[in-house]
Amino acid sequence: MAKKDMDLRFGKFGTVSFTFTTKVNDFMNGLEQGKVSGTRCKDCGKVYFPPRADCYNCLGSNMEWFDVTGKGKLLTYSKLEYAPVGFENDLPYSIALLDFGDYKVFGRLASDITDDEIKVGMEMKVVANELPNGQLNYVFQKA
Amino acid sequence: MGKVGIIGVGQSAFVRGYPGSIRELAFEGFREAMQDAGITTKDIGASIICSSPEYDKQRSPAGVLAEYLGLTPQPTFYVETLCSSSSMGVRLAYSLVKAGLHDVVAVVGFQKMSEISSAESQERMGRGADIQWESPFGTMMPAYYALHARAHMAKYGTTSDDLALIRVKAATYGQINEKAVYRKSVTFDMFSDPENPLSSPVSSPLRVGDCCANADGSSCVIVADEEKCKAFSKKPVWILGLGAASTAVNMAGRDIFSGLTVGMQAGEQAYKMAGLTPRDIDVAEVHDCFTIAEMMAYENLGFAKPGEGKDLIKSKETYKEGSIPVNVDGGLLSKGHPIGATGGSQIRTIVLQLRGDAGQMQVKDPEIGLVHNIGGVGLYGNVTILGR
Repeated sequence: MAKKDMDLRFGKFGTVSFTFTTKVNDFMNGLEQGKVSGTRCKDCGKVYFPPRADCYNCLGSNMEWFDVTGKGKLLTYSKLEYAPVGFENDLPYSIALLDFGDYKVFGRLASDITDDEIKVGMEMKVVANELPNGQLNYVFQKA
Repeated sequence: MGKVGIIGVGQSAFVRGYPGSIRELAFEGFREAMQDAGITTKDIGASIICSSPEYDKQRSPAGVLAEYLGLTPQPTFYVETLCSSSSMGVRLAYSLVKAGLHDVVAVVGFQKMSEISSAESQERMGRGADIQWESPFGTMMPAYYALHARAHMAKYGTTSDDLALIRVKAATYGQINEKAVYRKSVTFDMFSDPENPLSSPVSSPLRVGDCCANADGSSCVIVADEEKCKAFSKKPVWILGLGAASTAVNMAGRDIFSGLTVGMQAGEQAYKMAGLTPRDIDVAEVHDCFTIAEMMAYENLGFAKPGEGKDLIKSKETYKEGSIPVNVDGGLLSKGHPIGATGGSQIRTIVLQLRGDAGQMQVKDPEIGLVHNIGGVGLYGNVTILGR
């Protein structure tokens, strides 16, 4: 495929994306519509988040999308006071991990949550989010 | 096949801003190991070069280093598992020797981190994690280990004060290790002094004092078969057990955050191979890139039960005079952590301990030592058990 024809949708993921082409680029369409999605193997039923194009369990590539909905439990989080190159303008921000039982989701806490509201074990939901620089990611809000 | 042992160990001083090129840096650790072994380059059958390549402009460093070290035309190749690269190199050297392909193999680890800024370094280190799904959120190594610290605190009631005690211990020995990058004392009170830089937050709950320092450095471990060990060395140190494991790079793919599964699994394998238990270990080097990493290592290696690592440091059992001395060379926290050189440096420390050559840092008469070396955020794990 010529470079101008390449599907670079994933370059819009996060403050700075390090990946531009992936077979799960449709994840970005979901984000634009306010959905955060994983994949499920249609052959063996294995569930993946983050989404994958291929199933290591049955070696198939017959995937369907599912939306991350409902409440997850906050497993852990950390508030960064320093950032890697390219993320300085986002400071301070917190990365975190939610447990949905069948899968877990790594991401950021919503910036409007105060420090004393956050507690390991609390219930949270995943929400698609547009960043000030026009990029897309998702954040965790109080459920 | 007979036993496989270590006949020579060396490392450069770990420093900020090494005033030379990577080949010259690698030569420093290599020379010390060669002089320690009392051999010449003709005695070496192959070399394994270990580092993390993203810090270097040089592509494929193995050839360049082998030439500078005088190790051509012998085969040489490159091994990378982030911060555990040179432990993985020793594992491969063991297999080459055990298989009879070579009788003596030099494992050379190096890293010159100072050619890029600290922020760039953090960004590159962060890219040792999942660049597709995690890095776009702005991750870096301290933040990942902070996730583990938070989980450990939530599950077991561990506190930031407990973690500070580990930093204080590291500095106790860093001060007497002439090869350490951080030679200063650290007191517990520094962590509660807002004016002290060590107390400032990096990524909650970790503070500056919880984090190891980037450094430039090199290490070398010379591995040999039983015959060559006996021929070359009065005090060979034998490789008794090896373990290695990997796990999901993305945190979402993991089940445990209060410990590192790769450390547990590599430890179990190494204990089993050596026919030993945690109680048999007389001295250990564990991967303390952050204070929480040492706390988890106590528990993952069986020195303490899960959640009881804090009791071990509170009672000073991991000090030199304690029941299980850990990182009595200053560890990564004070000695410094030049990625590719770290595993070899840890192995050097244990070899010197077992030979009784550790000087001021010497533990009383150890017979069995353990090295625990982690790559990435618990992505790769190697445990090596050594005995005299």
